Amino acid sequence: MAIPSSEDVERREFRAYCREWLANNHPGRPPVPLPLSQLLIDDPRAVEWLQGWQKSAYDAGLVGCDYPVEYGGGGRTDCQAIANEEMHAAKMPYLVNIVGMGMAGPTILFHGNENVKRELLPPLLSADHIWCQGFSEPGAGSDLANQQTFARRDGDHWIVNGHKVWTSLAHFADWMILLCRTDRGDKYAGLSYFVVPIKAALGNGVTVRPLIKMTGETGFNQVLFDDLVVPDRYRLGAVGEGWKVAMTTLTHERGAAALVNPASGGMPLEEEGGVTTSSVSSLVDLARSQPRGDGTAADDAGIRDELMQMLVRQEAQKQNVRRARVPALTDHPTRLPLQGKVTGSELTQDIGALACRIEGMGSTLAVTDERAPAGGLYPLAYMNSFGGTIAAGTSEIQRNILGERVLGLAKSK
Amino acid sequence: MSGQPENFGFGEDEAMLRDAARRFFQDHYGADALHALVAGDSDLHRPNVASWEPDHWRQVVELGWPAVCVPEAQGGVGMPLVAAVALAEEAGRAGFPSPLLSTFQAAFLLQACDTAAARDALRDVAGGNATTVAMHDRRGAFGAGATDVTCADGRLHGAASFVQEARKADRFLVRARHADGCGLYLVEAGADGLEVAPDAIVDLTRDQATLSFHGVEAVEVAPPGWGDAALDRALPAMLCIVSADLVGAGEWLLQTTVEYARTRTQFDRPLGFFQAVKHPLVNCMLAIDGAKSLTYNAACAVDHEPGRALGYARMAKAAASDMAVSTASRAVQFHGGIGFTWECHVHVFFKRQMHGQVLLGDARHHRALLADEVIGVMAA
Repeated sequence: MAIPSSEDVERREFRAYCREWLANNHPGRPPVPLPLSQLLIDDPRAVEWLQGWQKSAYDAGLVGCDYPVEYGGGGRTDCQAIANEEMHAAKMPYLVNIVGMGMAGPTILFHGNENVKRELLPPLLSADHIWCQGFSEPGAGSDLANQQTFARRDGDHWIVNGHKVWTSLAHFADWMILLCRTDRGDKYAGLSYFVVPIKAALGNGVTVRPLIKMTGETGFNQVLFDDLVVPDRYRLGAVGEGWKVAMTTLTHERGAAALVNPASGGMPLEEEGGVTTSSVSSLVDLARSQPRGDGTAADDAGIRDELMQMLVRQEAQKQNVRRARVPALTDHPTRLPLQGKVTGSELTQDIGALACRIEGMGSTLAVTDERAPAGGLYPLAYMNSFGGTIAAGTSEIQRNILGERVLGLAKSK
Repeated sequence: MSGQPENFGFGEDEAMLRDAARRFFQDHYGADALHALVAGDSDLHRPNVASWEPDHWRQVVELGWPAVCVPEAQGGVGMPLVAAVALAEEAGRAGFPSPLLSTFQAAFLLQACDTAAARDALRDVAGGNATTVAMHDRRGAFGAGATDVTCADGRLHGAASFVQEARKADRFLVRARHADGCGLYLVEAGADGLEVAPDAIVDLTRDQATLSFHGVEAVEVAPPGWGDAALDRALPAMLCIVSADLVGAGEWLLQTTVEYARTRTQFDRPLGFFQAVKHPLVNCMLAIDGAKSLTYNAACAVDHEPGRALGYARMAKAAASDMAVSTASRAVQFHGGIGFTWECHVHVFFKRQMHGQVLLGDARHHRALLADEVIGVMAA
């Protein structure tokens, strides 16, 4: 029998500590129902409550555990995943500062100067500062390097003008990670990367306006910059190296979406109504409840086959995550991790579409019609699922990345 | 996953065995060598011969492969099922014509019999006796009671259809109906009254036959009434082996087609530049990886979570069968005109995939049975 190393012992003790703390510190019910994802939050009361929860988890050492102590972290190694697992198992609410934890934090840690790290990381981890991401623009979606927002140097400052879109959480955010152009002469080498205190600049160079999704819900925004002044000390990386810094952010974003989400906590809807619109078992229950002929949709051979297709795909994703951690069963280190985003978001979408077929005419009823099956959540979830297949690199871009980086096929334009 | 080791039970020993197999196949079963062995004659009316290298089978026996999952008490290596699954994956990737996979199947079934006669037969398997299961009726069914063979007074009568690797087998493990239910019986390949009529099959890497029994003497390894229960117990492991073979062959088709898409140019670009080619190849990769993960999960469940093994194995075979069809089809399509010819190696694996996808039930079959388990049997 192998003798456990001191690291193993430390992690085991940390897990036990997390479990005990979580058992005694559940935050209770939120004041308003929480949406499926942090990115869909639209109610300030939800934000405030979730900030309180993240702060208490942070104070207890369950958030930011792997960050260095001098930047407000726990100074541990490989412990965040353990804390995440325990928070998930204890059905805790998610951590509201998802853009901060998943994208801004790692980027600041990697590219920020000492002052920026000391100033910005502690309130990021404690959720005192909510973060948002200013990357996408009307003309820069999949072609992200086509940035038109421009920062002009003015001594120790930069003057920013431009227009960002699809900015989740911007209406609550204190800070933004901003990718923009500082040189019009070079597409990739003309980009620079800043951290920007947008809430402080509201009405003074920053305007945040809600965008209405196809569902009629808000939840993300457009952000307009009109001569916004940003101090040069808030630049991450050298002038012209913004693309490189942005790749750090995107690597974490994709990793976060696919595997261990560092901001994960729990699934509030599972607790709330017993319905998760993205799980096959809920879909089976839905099929059993929908009349079809003399029986239910669960007696329809075609529906049954489709349900099992979804079940097989769901289990395959779970087992892919497991296999990704077994090097002997993976021939390429990023082959499985890079698949998670596209397979996960497409499964969610296909589950939504199948749910609408299961509901039949019932799927025509919106959330506001009290007769809608399952509260009308499935047609809504189906529409929202396009956020998953479009945001953070569309499925088409993901397939390019997989084809090029994993299979070694020629780069597509 | 509870109850299962996180690494699927795939440790250093299993990885070493798999790597040795990979080297063996690299040495002996490059695509050129395989094509020369099984596809030397393109004549539609060519003689019906089983193309294989008995010498390679002997080498494989010396390496101990048929014995990997046979218990040590019966002279085997006693490794977990994932070891045999890894070998099957490599055999599939090589398109290996041999009785290896059918002998794995027979070994699992013999193990499930739990009788002294079956344990003796397992000892023979560990020693290199090529054994194959004769379990289908003339419709291709193998469910409870479905067999056209009967047993009376220790002798078999009737016929067994779709018997895999029949001409490479030393011995047959036959499902036969008796007055008291189905039993399992061993018959030697050269037994009196046994007729082996080869099927003319599309797949060039396997052989298949219809066996006719005219009062053939047989050794009972599972008494009447036990045969179907033994088959139920063995089925998850058997499905894992077929799935692993499909995963390996799928990976060969993917890598071969990717290589072609990197080198073949049209419109001054490699084919892989075009997303109409690139994205479907990525879809093949996604399908292979899902099927592979499900297969190792099911194999691990056989050893560690037997109550859930059948459901997991059905998921694996369903995913692998669908993947087999898509990898085979995309490989031919993206090789273009040359892919449609006999000269191109792709057809060999295309045919192997089309054969494997229906072995032990296709995707829809397993999803239907999975639905019965998960949702409950359909209202009439």
